[in-house]
Amino acid sequence: MIRETHLNLGIIALLIAIPAWALMADEPFIITLMTRAVVFALAAVGLNIALGLGGLVSLGHAVFFGIGGYAMGILAHHAQTYTPLTEWPFLLEGTKSMPVIWLTAIVASTFAALVIGILSLRTAGVYFIMITLAFGQMFFFFAISWSAYGGEDGLSIYVRNGFPGLNTLVPVQYFGLCLVILLAALFLNARLAKSPFGLALNAARQTPARVETVGLDPTRLKLVAFVISGAITGLAGALFADLNRFVSPTMFSWQLSGEIMIFVIIGGVGRLFGPVVGALVFVALEHLLGGLSEYWHIYLGILLLLIVLFGRGGIIGMLCGRERLHD
Amino acid sequence: MSLLTITDVEATYGSSQALFGVSLNLDEGEVVALMGRNGMGKSTTVKCICRMIPAKGTLQFDGQDLTRLPSHRAARLGIGLVPEGRRCFADLTVYENLIAAARPGPWDLDKVCALFPRLGERRDQRAASLSGGEQQMLAIGRALMTNPRLLVLDEATEGLAPIIRQEIWAAIHTLKTESGLSILVIDKSIKELATVCDRAVILERGRSVWQGGFADLSHEVTQKFLGI
Repeated sequence: MIRETHLNLGIIALLIAIPAWALMADEPFIITLMTRAVVFALAAVGLNIALGLGGLVSLGHAVFFGIGGYAMGILAHHAQTYTPLTEWPFLLEGTKSMPVIWLTAIVASTFAALVIGILSLRTAGVYFIMITLAFGQMFFFFAISWSAYGGEDGLSIYVRNGFPGLNTLVPVQYFGLCLVILLAALFLNARLAKSPFGLALNAARQTPARVETVGLDPTRLKLVAFVISGAITGLAGALFADLNRFVSPTMFSWQLSGEIMIFVIIGGVGRLFGPVVGALVFVALEHLLGGLSEYWHIYLGILLLLIVLFGRGGIIGMLCGRERLHD
Repeated sequence: MSLLTITDVEATYGSSQALFGVSLNLDEGEVVALMGRNGMGKSTTVKCICRMIPAKGTLQFDGQDLTRLPSHRAARLGIGLVPEGRRCFADLTVYENLIAAARPGPWDLDKVCALFPRLGERRDQRAASLSGGEQQMLAIGRALMTNPRLLVLDEATEGLAPIIRQEIWAAIHTLKTESGLSILVIDKSIKELATVCDRAVILERGRSVWQGGFADLSHEVTQKFLGI
């Protein structure tokens, strides 16, 4: 068995080595592919806080991913068309600045996660899954019908938004930016898991009644986890939209919610680097098998089946052994 | 001053009534034994106090009405429960169990480990892998970490080896003498209870039938209600 810390360091090394090699070999497409993996990993790190720490099986995390995406799309669209977002009560212009877009994405998805969380956490188990899915569908169809921002066709942004001091159009620079954010989110996740809040949340996932006797409200713990989770996935949505320079209602689709969950399950639910491994494997399969067949999801399905049946801790669990119970 | 006052409390499990009228009073700094044979309502009374089941009647803690509070709010008011069967957070380590429960106050990791040195020795061990006695110490430590004003011990020495029981009774004694903590204790051993308890309340078929100073507990009373 490999020590999990060693494996995690190896994964970080891989995240740096592959683009470094691609840069030298002049393979910008590989860098873009890695950026895609890193952004997906960030979205899944978000979900892993709700799912892994809080035990909340949310099948609606694409809501936050989509909100982040549309935060970028709407702000950049107004900036590139030189039309204000609103003129009343005060003039609000669009922006091409990534930090502002990220902040908007985080604030909007935090608010959405708070409202969805308050309503969804009144239920549990399969009803929680269904209600989060229902919210996902609501946002999906709302985006389709929102003709001001492209409706079903989505919004194209011609030039990638800017970050002070960087040329974000250079693939490796944008990759670096996304990687730094991913590592920051992982650091936050690691700190959170060991904080009193994270420990109480962990206990609440396993035995809600027991945490109540020490004065903690399990619903509230789960709500906080859900909100943090939504905010991180929202930020990933903004980065994803900037990577593609395009947003569309598919960012809200339930298939995407499912994919984010698949990243977490493949890598290992509740494992710090589980989402990263899952997203890397997913993007690699998508790239390698997608070239062979349009129906490459069949192989993904087989992989998922094998992992769920034989390796309950995902790939990290298989390599490092089980750490915590996640049943 | 009265810390916990419960008067004519009734409770039911589904259609069967478990408590028909339990009254007890516990003053600040007092240690009270809740006694009775099996199935007489001791643990049900504890569940009512800790708001784990609905109850009718008067339940007051430090002058505040408990009846409408959820379990975690009652705990926040300062009722620290050591539940029957210990119920530690199995998947967390000893220290993680303690940290998860921590609330500000005089009790912290160092003080808990001073009371139960074994917990300090096993700090990074998963709670599920501890022995029964150590889990019991952890359950008490975890309740203390919430910095309670009232500690409720439900069968804290049940099923433990005599040497461990002694350690736990010694700790309860320390809590009483050094911390002046108010304690409600359920246990079957009169001999051990006598060393720490100021008063006793006896339950019989869901009713409180006898209350008084522990020293006044006559052979007749114990014979009649406890069968010893």
